[in-house]
Amino acid sequence: MIENFDMSLVDWSRAQFALTAMYHWIFVPLTLGLAFIIAIMETIYVKTGNPEWKKITKFWMTLFGINFAIGVATGIILEFEFGTNWSNYSWFVGDIFGAPLAVEGIMAFFMESTFIAVMFFGWNKVSKKFHLISTWLVAVGSNLSALWILVANGWMQNPVGMKFNADTARNEMVNFWDVLFSPTAVNKFLHTISSAYTLAAIFVIGVSAWYLLKKLNVPFAKKSIVVASVFGLITSLFTVMTGDNSAREIVRDQPMKFAAMEGLYDGSKGAGLVAFGIMSSTSENGNDNMKDFNFKLEIPNLLSYMAYMDGDAFVPGVNDVINGFTDNDGVVHPSVITKIEMGRKAIHALKTYKQAQKDKDANLAQTSLDELNENFKYFGYGYFDDPYNTVPPISITFYSFHIMVGLGMWFLLLFTLALLFVYKESIVSNKWFLRAAIWSIPLAYVASQSGWIVAEMGRQPWVIQDLMPTLTAVSNIDTTSVQITFFLFLTVFTGLLIAEIKIMLKQIKLGPNHGGH
Amino acid sequence: MFENLSHLALQQYWWVIDSLLGSILVFLMFVQGGQTLIYRLGKSDEERTLLINALGRKWEFTFTTLVTFGGAMFASFPLFYSTSFGGAYWVWMAILFCFIIQAVAYEFRSKPSNVWGAKTFELFLFINGLLGTILIGTAVGTFFNGAEFTVNELNQSKWATPYGGLEAVLNLHNVALGLTVFLLARLLGSLYFMNNIEHEAIFNRSRKQLLYCGIPFLVVFLFFAIRLLVMDGFAVDAETGTVSVEAYKYLHNFLAMPVVLILFLVGVVLVLFGLIKSYLAEKYTKGIWFTGGGTILVVFALFLLAGFNHTAFYPSNADLQSSLTIQNASASHYTLTAMSYVSLMVPFVIAYIVWAWRAINNKKLDLEELRNEDHLY
Repeated sequence: MIENFDMSLVDWSRAQFALTAMYHWIFVPLTLGLAFIIAIMETIYVKTGNPEWKKITKFWMTLFGINFAIGVATGIILEFEFGTNWSNYSWFVGDIFGAPLAVEGIMAFFMESTFIAVMFFGWNKVSKKFHLISTWLVAVGSNLSALWILVANGWMQNPVGMKFNADTARNEMVNFWDVLFSPTAVNKFLHTISSAYTLAAIFVIGVSAWYLLKKLNVPFAKKSIVVASVFGLITSLFTVMTGDNSAREIVRDQPMKFAAMEGLYDGSKGAGLVAFGIMSSTSENGNDNMKDFNFKLEIPNLLSYMAYMDGDAFVPGVNDVINGFTDNDGVVHPSVITKIEMGRKAIHALKTYKQAQKDKDANLAQTSLDELNENFKYFGYGYFDDPYNTVPPISITFYSFHIMVGLGMWFLLLFTLALLFVYKESIVSNKWFLRAAIWSIPLAYVASQSGWIVAEMGRQPWVIQDLMPTLTAVSNIDTTSVQITFFLFLTVFTGLLIAEIKIMLKQIKLGPNHGGH
Repeated sequence: MFENLSHLALQQYWWVIDSLLGSILVFLMFVQGGQTLIYRLGKSDEERTLLINALGRKWEFTFTTLVTFGGAMFASFPLFYSTSFGGAYWVWMAILFCFIIQAVAYEFRSKPSNVWGAKTFELFLFINGLLGTILIGTAVGTFFNGAEFTVNELNQSKWATPYGGLEAVLNLHNVALGLTVFLLARLLGSLYFMNNIEHEAIFNRSRKQLLYCGIPFLVVFLFFAIRLLVMDGFAVDAETGTVSVEAYKYLHNFLAMPVVLILFLVGVVLVLFGLIKSYLAEKYTKGIWFTGGGTILVVFALFLLAGFNHTAFYPSNADLQSSLTIQNASASHYTLTAMSYVSLMVPFVIAYIVWAWRAINNKKLDLEELRNEDHLY
């Protein structure tokens, strides 16, 4: 059935969404984390009354403002792109997906934009306390906006709290709380924001390290490092913890994604974790997506332990998911062939139901409705012929996951060392560390983007897990239009990114004594 | 509370909320209008900086309202969202590009090493003010004049022309609404400057704009309004849901809903009062509140006119029966109920916006304040 779809339209729509989402995500994590770091700094200022802390707060606030603006610019498009480029998706799940976006606007965006004005323009107009509360509300507001969009994303990975309505041909929400508190959504939110805080902490440490290397603004830089490394250590530990929870949740709800993250083709009991691996150019059974490993460093039993807190538990691989398996909770997962058959039955039943309604054939309508409900769970599989088309791109998922985890471990060490050197008062003399801290800034961005690549590439070919393949979600528009807008976005966003980086670097060079301009 | 309301009542409630958001958005477009007047009203760099900073402290409200309007439309009338955005691709993309470039323009304009130069970011503001308003107005015009789409039995939509919605500019009535919104935004922008900036020359130049923009505004607005009253509209049969063309439909709607007519007329009077009084009186600064309030009432009434009294709010010219109504395009009863509870937060949101702004905006912006400001646009 795939041949019925315009794959070039699907690919360009995906490319455009990936481009705009990745650009947006360059700016968002820094906003999310820096907002809290600034709030903490300002709290210290208000508590101690030391004007040095006010200067520190204002400096990081200037960088926050520059970054925030471009985050807003790249964010607006994402909300509307669901409609412009994923029109069928917008209808099929809009009844559930739209609500978090609206709540985000009402609850979070107004809070952000109101108090950001007080934060920037209120220094001489409102009391210290009022100003401090405003700064905290900016942090809360920006993180609330992350909550709602991540709830929406979590729902796509693990659709819960809804029922398919054949009359409207869409999924409809039946339980708001199930959507909001789904474990996938909760984990996704916590993991994403804590990783964002970690990125912001690295940013602050890296910039401060540059000052220390240049012997500029030394007291300022040291103070900033103290705040950022304590903050970063806590948040990176939390990132590890929530990542771990996510993994346990993914192995249950998206076992195919989990297998791809680990490059696990054939599952086993007591599965080992690939700590490091390089894939070869040859592939198993001629399947290009399933490359053999040239080299892998495996820690025995750890994957089973990570997935089920039991070193001997069975972890399914790609082939197991394809052929069907019974998981450790005793749940039977049918083979993909069976799922394809069920999906086809569901699609066919929906068509029959619609026709029966037109013909006013109540009996046929009822039987087809029953058949639809019985098979709806695997509705999306009905669009596939080859079970291996339901496997995500493995090597990119595998590498992105390992890059993210590896860098995460390095960041944990970085914060610990920073605190240690600050405590020993030797941070200025440890030049290697300062250099490493500066280089960690781009690495933090690499880790953050990799995380999203795992989340989004790893769940392909689904836009809604098991229910809607990406290829059926697109708008019915011509590919050329999408190609044109893709390049327009590429040009505009790259132009703005260049400006943002140059402005940021200039502000950093000018330093905290410059007063913003 | 909300769960006991009928689906139709919830649909109407949400149409009212979306209409309110849309009308507040048009009022807040004084930011866009003001952006097109920067070089007309500011004759020196210092004056232009003053104008840009006066707008820069408010632009995010307009932007946030636009985003919330989009989100609320998606949540409450997802079929409109999927049909219009996915079909009128080029119209919406053009609007979005206008707003993308605005979002960075304030923050980057006066920063050193901004690569593209202050003039580029000022041009971004101008484009946003000019095209953003005209396109949004033109797009809303299709609520009355119809658009070119079809919707199949699975509610999947397809645009019937290859122009992605840009064909809306071929309809004079749509364009008249676009120009009306643009000129109104300029008028509101002028009134905002008169209210918000302490600078005599800027005040006087803004006042003159009330005449220069006011006359063409009246011409296009009257054309739009009169044509609206005499044109055919898209009626929905309450029983069958069948859509048909009805002569004088919008006039009938006004007569069937006198409250809407009163809102509209009071709005028009307020808009004109604010403009005329500000132009005639020498030092009058409160015009923005009258014209702004009037704008909200007029736009609100127009939205109600488009969606209520058995009217298709997004008619299809390509296939009449594909037309969208607040009933066939809406979210489910459950989702609308859940969203309605969220909507109870709106008064609270408005309250803290007013409270925060009163705290930091209690005096007019002047050059003196800008000289001492370290967050400058």
